Amino acid sequence: MAAPNPSNGASTRRGFLGRLWMWLGGLAVLEGTWITASILRPRPNRVADDDAAVVVAGPVDRFDPGTVTAFPAGRFYLSRLDDGGFLALSRSCTHLGCTVPWVEDEGRFVCPCHASSFDCRGEVLSPPATRALDLHPVRIENGIVKVDTSTTVKRQAFAPSQVARS
Amino acid sequence: MADQDHDQRKDGMVSRVWHSVFPGPVIPTTDRERRWVVVNTLILHLRPAQVPVRTLPFTHTFGLGGMSLVLVLMLFATGMLMMFVYEPSPDAAYASVTGLQNDVLFGNLIRGVHYFSANLLVVVVLMHLLRVYLTGGYHGPRRFNWVIGLALLLGILAGNFTGYLLPWDQLSYWAITISTAMLGYVPWIGEGLQQLARGGPEITHTTLIGFFTIHTTVVPAVLIVLMAWHFWRVRKAKGVVVPRAEGEVIEGKPETALFVPHLLTREVALACALAAVVVVMAVGFNAPLGAEANPGMSPNPAKAPWYFLGFQELLLHFHPVVAVVLIPLAAALFAVVLPYLGYREGIDGVWMMSATGRRSGALAVGFAVVATPVLVIADAMGSGPAVSATGLAGLLPVVVVAAVVGIFVVVLRRAIGAPREELIQAVVLLLLAALAVLTVVGIWFRGEGMALVWPWEVS
Repeated sequence: MAAPNPSNGASTRRGFLGRLWMWLGGLAVLEGTWITASILRPRPNRVADDDAAVVVAGPVDRFDPGTVTAFPAGRFYLSRLDDGGFLALSRSCTHLGCTVPWVEDEGRFVCPCHASSFDCRGEVLSPPATRALDLHPVRIENGIVKVDTSTTVKRQAFAPSQVARS
Repeated sequence: MADQDHDQRKDGMVSRVWHSVFPGPVIPTTDRERRWVVVNTLILHLRPAQVPVRTLPFTHTFGLGGMSLVLVLMLFATGMLMMFVYEPSPDAAYASVTGLQNDVLFGNLIRGVHYFSANLLVVVVLMHLLRVYLTGGYHGPRRFNWVIGLALLLGILAGNFTGYLLPWDQLSYWAITISTAMLGYVPWIGEGLQQLARGGPEITHTTLIGFFTIHTTVVPAVLIVLMAWHFWRVRKAKGVVVPRAEGEVIEGKPETALFVPHLLTREVALACALAAVVVVMAVGFNAPLGAEANPGMSPNPAKAPWYFLGFQELLLHFHPVVAVVLIPLAAALFAVVLPYLGYREGIDGVWMMSATGRRSGALAVGFAVVATPVLVIADAMGSGPAVSATGLAGLLPVVVVAAVVGIFVVVLRRAIGAPREELIQAVVLLLLAALAVLTVVGIWFRGEGMALVWPWEVS
């Protein structure tokens, strides 16, 4: 070992170089963390391309008011309310993410995992779920219903402003 | 001996090679050689050369730490074999698992050994933790080794959890869906955490490849390093804690026996017996495999892996933030600081600290076994099945449980006069027993829609 330097370590060349190595080491750790984080960063699951994410559901009059139609490929339900408005409901339960089937006889969605249920507007009918089913934006262009599955809108409860009308 | 100079010029080529690989005796015959072998063998060097005689009987440690190591080694061996067959992609994973079971020689057995070792490991490791706790093996020089042990427990749970997804059947797909969805209840960063765990908003090929990589590289690497550290710290603490009667003072150095052959023989015998048990289990029962994962159809009920069912049960009774964040975090923090809380001298090695410690501990376990089902049933009757209350009302169950535990502790202090550390021990045992009861409820008493049912009604 070198003899202890009587003067302040910071002012010597040895002290400066030691400090420099420490900073460089810290920088290397930061860089490694950054690279690891960017590799582990979640990536969007579906094609970001708008054309692929937009599901063309069909002409407006194909859906009778008061019916719910499943779109398995798009992972959503298209619900046409009694007043003729449209809602695209995500099929993932807001409790723990199970897939909720539409039970025609009872007129509601019933989650098989923990028995949460939702009405045709996605509103919670029975817990443990606390939030209404998530929505995908619905556009109606020239009488054709289109659902943008690249966007998922979380909501607490149903509001009339969420409904798309032709 | 190494310093016994073999005259290498007179030996042949074979002898020269042999002595270059094994510089000392391979089968030691004298005590001096036995000591030498332990100190100079890479693996054995992690172990002590001699151990206190009183730590040798099986009923002191039940060989639980050694059994954990054996199970981990069996997992490594079978896991490496399966990696030659398994394909980590949603399209191919399930078919490669059925292919392993049907077309590969002993493939079904290998998967079975992996499955039973993994599940047994969780049980054995928890029992090991309990043994160390009850014999006071977390005081003095062993304090930090308790923390390393907790990190190992976390690693083992991570290994089990990431492995659970790999078969890509209905069971694994929905168990991982539910478990990762629980992360979504963490305030503010919940959605980010959930997406980090899944590698995106949903469970897809990104999730599978991530889980596969963690399962086959990160977890084994971490386990190997931590296990080596764990064993070496045991050696540095001069073996496991020496058992003794209450108030007994061990003067000077405890009487010791050589590691080879006294401990090593016992350990090898236990390892063989355990391996035989696991193989027999794998021959008798198949590792479960459901239908191929179908993201469009959730099974009823959908449950997390069994070791997380205690927490899934909490979710049915507490506000999600309490069940998913506060309780697990508080429990983990409590477990880490446990050895540092400050205890009176001379309780290490005494079974459950003292006679009153044993009594209060037994009372705590009995109390938890009775009170937990009562609270579960009361909550189910009071609020209907599977209700998780939110808002201020969601705090009511917390208040009730805190009050029940608080009253128990006060009664224990008044009635038995248990000192502080024994009250801590009673609370630890109370919580562990409660978690065990909740896990049992989750596994065997939750049927369709997570309603309370009898075990024979669980599908």
